[in-house]
Amino acid sequence: MTRKKHIWLLLVLPGVLFLVVFMLIPLFSVLLSTFFPDTGFTLDNYVSLIGSVYFQQVFGRSVRLSLLSTLICALLGFPSAYYISRYSRHRGLMMALAVFPMFTSPVIRSFSWMVILGRKGIVNSFLVASGLFARPQSLLYNEFSMTVGFVQLFLPQMILSLLGVMDSIPGDLTEAAGSLGATRISAFLRIIFPLCASGLVTGSVLVFTGCMTAYTTPQLLGATDTQVLSTMVYQYAMSLRDWSQASAVAMVMIVVTMLVSGIFNHLSRRINPLAA
Amino acid sequence: MKKHHFLLGAITLMVYVFLIGPLLIIMASSFGEQNALVFPGQGFTFKWYAQVFQMSSFINAALLSLEIAFAATAIALLLGVPAAYALNRYPFPGKGILKTLFLSPVLIPCIVLGFIMLRYVVSRWNLPVIPSLLIGHTLLSIPYVMRVTTSSLANFDFAIEEAAGSLGASRGYAFFHIVLPNIRSGIASACVMAVINSFNNVSLSTFLTAPGIKMLPIEIMGYVEYHFDPTIAALATIMMLATLGVMLVIEKTLGLQSVV
Repeated sequence: MTRKKHIWLLLVLPGVLFLVVFMLIPLFSVLLSTFFPDTGFTLDNYVSLIGSVYFQQVFGRSVRLSLLSTLICALLGFPSAYYISRYSRHRGLMMALAVFPMFTSPVIRSFSWMVILGRKGIVNSFLVASGLFARPQSLLYNEFSMTVGFVQLFLPQMILSLLGVMDSIPGDLTEAAGSLGATRISAFLRIIFPLCASGLVTGSVLVFTGCMTAYTTPQLLGATDTQVLSTMVYQYAMSLRDWSQASAVAMVMIVVTMLVSGIFNHLSRRINPLAA
Repeated sequence: MKKHHFLLGAITLMVYVFLIGPLLIIMASSFGEQNALVFPGQGFTFKWYAQVFQMSSFINAALLSLEIAFAATAIALLLGVPAAYALNRYPFPGKGILKTLFLSPVLIPCIVLGFIMLRYVVSRWNLPVIPSLLIGHTLLSIPYVMRVTTSSLANFDFAIEEAAGSLGASRGYAFFHIVLPNIRSGIASACVMAVINSFNNVSLSTFLTAPGIKMLPIEIMGYVEYHFDPTIAALATIMMLATLGVMLVIEKTLGLQSVV
């Protein structure tokens, strides 16, 4: 009887042990090591990290590029998702075409921008041929190419999150508002947009946290003077072998991504009128 | 009304050109005859494809990536499915915490997961490369298995399983012949997502690979830092065709909707 009662424990235990041993204990060990490096409690790791101009620049760049990419994804994703949900006759195909890049390796997607934005790439050929510039511009290995890479990397997530909520909006809602005297614009702003807001927030969280933690794209499309948090963790851990600083940066990344996703996912549940 | 359509349609078209265009350019430039990667290329050749298959470093890395992806997903299934079943089936305290624990690897940035594993698992216990990669990728796959299995089980009526029990089926028999077939498609889509995610992962593996034992995306990253020839375009095209093949199979069997 006790065996039967505790069968759940037997089923859950292997997974729990695996996660505790290989993830939770290492995670807490790293966390503790940042506060108790040798003897006694200290905030030195964080004080020196946050005080360093280099970290401030890297942190600022990570936040700035992530915010910019999120904004661009929202501005491009919203009209696209709205069009696909409302007017497109090839909905399935459009979904598949958004999923395809998502399934394609970020290495390949970043590499494609190295080809396109390179000195001999198609964009520079066009800029020179059209007479806008006399010689090829450096479009690669800077914040511009990183932003382009981020937007292409995470735009599908934005489109799919928005499609998720837009599809649940009844199509005749705008007409109903119109027959009650609302103009198209006010029907959109007061009825459709608020209904889409939760999808917009969910998508934005995915894009923002994705950009904050992406490694491949900044590594391939950025340069040593355009480091972000993830490349900084790698650099400190693998090139400089400074594990205490790498740990502190890693903890900052965890705190920022968890705070942002926690706050905004809460917000998205609050503002979703359909969930209420 | 029509104008408003047209504008939205034009924006959507531009967005899709931006999403897909770069990938098409890579495919097109894999057939160019020049040694440098340029688009539009000149001539038409398959020589870069032949080149890919002659590079044993790529072939070995691809095989390793596939082996790790499938093995890690299998382990994740063994750990995740029983736990998901218990969470849905039996009443016990602390369910919320356990569920969060099983989903939590996805909340931790991969680059951080890689680093903490290197520092407190691999270095501490002197683990060789292959087991380290396997453990790391299993961590990546567990949340996919957990999320999809719990939502499939939420739609499963456990009364059916109890009926089987009262008709004399053992617990094990009832699970494998009644429960598992009912959540099969959910598990299949979880596996597809987990395998693709593991195969494409860079930020975790980059901490765990060693010289000579590399995963495919990391091998490619190393290569493009120093070389800029159509070999990578050919390799990328092969990978994209494989992805398209997988997507077609998913669409025919599970429906693409089930994996996004």
